[in-house]
Amino acid sequence: MSNPSKPLLTARYGVAEGWKIANAERAGAYRVAKRALASIEPATLKNEVKKANIRGRGGAGFPAGVKWGFLNPGPNDQVYLVINADESEPGTFKDRSIMDLDPHRLIEGAIISCYAIGSHVAYIYVRGELAFSVARLEEAIAEARQAGYLGDRPFGVDHKIEIYVHTGAGAYICGEETALLNSLEGRRGEPRLKPPFPAVKGVFGMPTIVNNVETIAVVPDVIEMGGDAWSALGRLPGDGGVRLYGVSGHVRNPGLFEAPVGITMRELIYDYAGGILGDRPLKAVIPGGSSTPVLDPRRLVDAPKEDQPLHAWHGKSEIDVPMGVDTYRALGTMLGTCCAIVMDDTVNMVEACRNLMRFYKHESCGQCTPCREGTGWLVDVLDNLCVGRGKPEDVDLLVNISNNMMGNTICAFADGTAMPMLGFVQKFRDEFVDAARNGLPADVRHDNSVRRIVERVA
Amino acid sequence: MAFALTPERERQVDEILTRYPERRASLLPVLWLCQRQNGWISPEVVDYVSQRLDLSTAIVQGVVTFYTMFFDQPVGENLVWVCRTLSCDLRGGKAIQDHLENKLGCTTGHTSSDGKFTLLKAECLAACGQAPMVQINDYYFENLDVEILDRIIDAHLTRGAEAAVREFATHATFGAPRKAPISTAPPPPSPEAVRLASQPPSAPDSVGDKS
Repeated sequence: MSNPSKPLLTARYGVAEGWKIANAERAGAYRVAKRALASIEPATLKNEVKKANIRGRGGAGFPAGVKWGFLNPGPNDQVYLVINADESEPGTFKDRSIMDLDPHRLIEGAIISCYAIGSHVAYIYVRGELAFSVARLEEAIAEARQAGYLGDRPFGVDHKIEIYVHTGAGAYICGEETALLNSLEGRRGEPRLKPPFPAVKGVFGMPTIVNNVETIAVVPDVIEMGGDAWSALGRLPGDGGVRLYGVSGHVRNPGLFEAPVGITMRELIYDYAGGILGDRPLKAVIPGGSSTPVLDPRRLVDAPKEDQPLHAWHGKSEIDVPMGVDTYRALGTMLGTCCAIVMDDTVNMVEACRNLMRFYKHESCGQCTPCREGTGWLVDVLDNLCVGRGKPEDVDLLVNISNNMMGNTICAFADGTAMPMLGFVQKFRDEFVDAARNGLPADVRHDNSVRRIVERVA
Repeated sequence: MAFALTPERERQVDEILTRYPERRASLLPVLWLCQRQNGWISPEVVDYVSQRLDLSTAIVQGVVTFYTMFFDQPVGENLVWVCRTLSCDLRGGKAIQDHLENKLGCTTGHTSSDGKFTLLKAECLAACGQAPMVQINDYYFENLDVEILDRIIDAHLTRGAEAAVREFATHATFGAPRKAPISTAPPPPSPEAVRLASQPPSAPDSVGDKS
């Protein structure tokens, strides 16, 4: 493993006013873009990104290099790069820091990526709430254009590149790539049927690459170090580099950390985030945004056979498995956005689950019936459980509704609702059964919150 | 009365139209410009936008009603969004909401009687590491407790939104560990100030430690 103490993605976060181009350039910004456009072939750039094994940072973990490889534009096609900054997965707050603290890294990554995939226009789709990030990005783009890094001849090279910021207006579903494209086209943010995939027919009917902010932001480092070397920073095969980890909830030091791919959840919570508030026991952790099924530290990995992917961790706690796209899939959850929500033993899982399902009910776009109705039913059933109107069969009803949502809709939103719902019931069934019998204890719901505040400030 | 954008904003619309190969794609940015001027998307605004972009009013109205942040009815002078998704709730989001309802004298989804604040419940606002938080207009106010929340609202009332932003708004999150309770932290020097969140000094593989 190469030198892990040298920050890459966050190298300029601490630079005073690092969002201004002069300060960012003094700290190394745009050197790679300049060299790449002047002396590296687009095909070589694409190949380095492929070798880097960047698993998409937006949640699905699809290899960015493979996605770029799907492009096969016709002679009259205009290729678009769309950068997904619609960061709204509950628990996730990493992309915002890149846009606020080091917007020039994103712009540099976008310039290199545009050149590599043969695109002349990049749109950065930022969620509407992040007005400050939008302002900062627009300022940074204007600076870069002024410096001659964007426009008709970026760095004096004959390959026009323009970057525009497009502001959303408060819809989680617009983080789904085809909903995002619809929103970018001025439509309601309803996901499209796939295929055709965006790389074939995306925004304005043209071949489009949609990548997350963090995915594009690592491109300069990948080109500078070379794909193989960057990939080797990670601790897992086929899942390279460093990434931003977020931790929120009941930890001493919630926040963002840069670390290699493949640290364990235990390391993240106890070494990086300072352990649980008040040294209480860890009850559960949602590993990468609310759509990823919850982990229970008391559960042990069951992989007795040598050909099982998690065999090396057989008998260890779920939170001791390295955090990677493939390892977490084998564990029955997902790495998602790598931003964990940590819950101590005072949290009631039915209430936590209800909170998240309320989110999905609010954010379902309403296009497909199983999702529009299913999310509402889940909340209704959970509401009943919480106020003591539940019936014993309600627990199985939750499972039944979830199973009928999964795989029956246009996009993955319904799966992203059903999977965590099933995870909660599977891992904390006792609490659901108990709530169905007795409702929730009166003090579970709100008094908890007040005590938290007192505890934190004291 | 018919709605019209200011000449400066009209110029911005012209610029926005150059960004996209299709006229319709300007719909969201143009609606934003209108809402910033008018406060909400009134039927007159819908008429204006549909004529300006050559779209039917049904299309414009359909988009307006889809997105949470476009208002099809008038709202107060300041919009207060309180985040109630799990990360904030684990750190006291409910208490923050209750306190705001008491302080502003209106329930969530409504406007205070003086018209100064509209209180709205938000879903995750991407500030989970600094929970609990509220968004007031364009700005985030993070690491809240009820005491600092009081000071923020009072600052809005007595000294105006700009002063409150200058003193209390928070932006990005990375850096030295948070030691002191936020309520005793010195105010950031400018609206761009970065209020640092967290980084363990002793973490084995942690990078970017500037402390």
